Amino acid sequence: MSDVSETAERSPETFGTAPDQRRNGSSVLSRAATMFLKQREASVLAIAVILFIYFATTTTAFVSHGSIVNIAQFMAPYVVIGIGLVLLMVCGEIDLSVGFVWMLSPYVMHFFVDSGIPTFLAIVITILLLAVVIGGINGVVTTVFGVPSLITTLGSGYIIFGYALTISSAQQINLPPESLGLGRWFGGAPWSEIIWATVLVVIFQIILTRTRWGLYTVSVGGNLLGARESGIRVNRIKIGNFMMCAGLGALAGILEAFKNNIIDPSAGQLAVVLYALAGVVIGGTAMLGGSGTMIGLWLGVLVLAILQDGFNLRGISSNKFQIILGAAILLAMIANTYLTRLRSAGRLQSKA
Amino acid sequence: MSTPETGDVAMTTPKADDILRVEHISKRYGAVTALVDVNLRLGRGEVLGLIGDNGAGKSTLIKIICGFQPPTSGRILLNGEEVHLTSVTQARSLGIDVVYQDLALIPQLTVYQNMFLNREQVRWPLLRNRSMRKAAKEQIDAIGITTLKSVDLEVASLSGGQRQAIAVARSVYSDAKVLLLDEPLAAMGVKEGAAILDLVRGLKDRGISIIMIAHNYGQVLEVCDRVNLLQGGKITFDKYRQDTSLEELTEMVVSEYRKALEDRHRSASGTITGS
Repeated sequence: MSDVSETAERSPETFGTAPDQRRNGSSVLSRAATMFLKQREASVLAIAVILFIYFATTTTAFVSHGSIVNIAQFMAPYVVIGIGLVLLMVCGEIDLSVGFVWMLSPYVMHFFVDSGIPTFLAIVITILLLAVVIGGINGVVTTVFGVPSLITTLGSGYIIFGYALTISSAQQINLPPESLGLGRWFGGAPWSEIIWATVLVVIFQIILTRTRWGLYTVSVGGNLLGARESGIRVNRIKIGNFMMCAGLGALAGILEAFKNNIIDPSAGQLAVVLYALAGVVIGGTAMLGGSGTMIGLWLGVLVLAILQDGFNLRGISSNKFQIILGAAILLAMIANTYLTRLRSAGRLQSKA
Repeated sequence: MSTPETGDVAMTTPKADDILRVEHISKRYGAVTALVDVNLRLGRGEVLGLIGDNGAGKSTLIKIICGFQPPTSGRILLNGEEVHLTSVTQARSLGIDVVYQDLALIPQLTVYQNMFLNREQVRWPLLRNRSMRKAAKEQIDAIGITTLKSVDLEVASLSGGQRQAIAVARSVYSDAKVLLLDEPLAAMGVKEGAAILDLVRGLKDRGISIIMIAHNYGQVLEVCDRVNLLQGGKITFDKYRQDTSLEELTEMVVSEYRKALEDRHRSASGTITGS
């Protein structure tokens, strides 16, 4: 809620000169509209704060170093792949294969390190390679051949799954010993993963709202034909976002491997995609494309992490937690739909 | 050199300095033929009204001239030289720009973002939002779209007429020599429509040659120098404004409608007796 009151306090003059402003508050009405639009993120923030206070006051050890680290570590990888999913959902697509890229990427990195490539370079090459190859294939099959991305990435996901199982013989392997030092920066140290996730959220929020790429991503998802007729190369935008999503999946896989200190064939897969999607939609990104928010994603995943950590500390089994997760998704979506309806009611008023 | 003539239809005489000529353009989508050997000319600084029923091929023709899709056959001459249009962006770089009806706007973007779509001001890597917002606001004020409260509103929140006005206002930012307006007066109220006609006149005064698709023949005659009628994928009528009248345009369309009705009756009874 804090950013809403901040917006309200700004005078019109500061609006005209503030470097970070997105909408000019030239009239009271549009300023009210701005506040309302921002509420999408603000309402998720409010839910997160309320949940935090609830567990902090009712659950011992919730506000402890260990618990906070747990929340941070839990949410980080979902935020990382969630960024890619937000990009794709804003331009009207989805990627189920990103969880399998997560599974595959540390094996690929291990292979490069074994081939004598320094760890940092191996990580960069792995991310770029998987981004270009898997994201590229997902993007081309979807845009050029016209296969719905849900199906495209279901197919490519199984292919990656099978490939990862084959090359790993479905066996865990240890991380290369020479990589462990640098690995502290890539998920090994307790806070490193959430720092990656948060910095990436800030960068991609700027990309989404302040750059040509973000503008075109919104345009493609908002009105595909209109975007094409305006001369935007819509396939290029979509393929690029598929690549970024796959690259982020590769990064998440590597971060998780260093965090868990093991390369595990049961990591990632479809479950993480669905979990991240829950964070994306709770965060307020539209299923139908055209609008989305990285900050909302971060907060949406935070809500999931608080629920997971809080109920875990209260001794509720992970089995029962699935029920809570499902209920949280449904409640969040009902709230979002209701807010959208309120928003369009506001629009009707502004027309008059 | 072919003269733009189609069968027995009287056409206006081409001029040496015509800015745009479309010669023998045909377009087929699989089995469907959208345009048949269309010849069309646009004089320098002229406003050409393109009228015709839904499905007559107006939009197809516009999409070919703006580079959105290639013709099946035929050629396009710009300033007397043949050009091969491969994309909207490339056609724009040659000076041919298009304004679609409001359907081409992005509802989730603001007014100013739409007005600058695909011609953004950028200080890499960031958009120059403040500068674009200011320019858009000045433009909106200059052309008198007074009903619009702010350029920061999402287009989804605007009325049909306001959207249309924004779509046309976009054209002001182009350096086009040839401007294609696809139904700029659709969904417009009288007041908004008048503002758009003023805008078209202003564009003409700046020396821009314009092809305008329209449905309202009264408004067409108000602003256009010449009128072409497209029927069944062919240009069947080409006259200067002073040589035609609202009655003539209306009569042509009504007779076409009458003919279509008769054809339907005939084919309907034909099918019954035939089978």
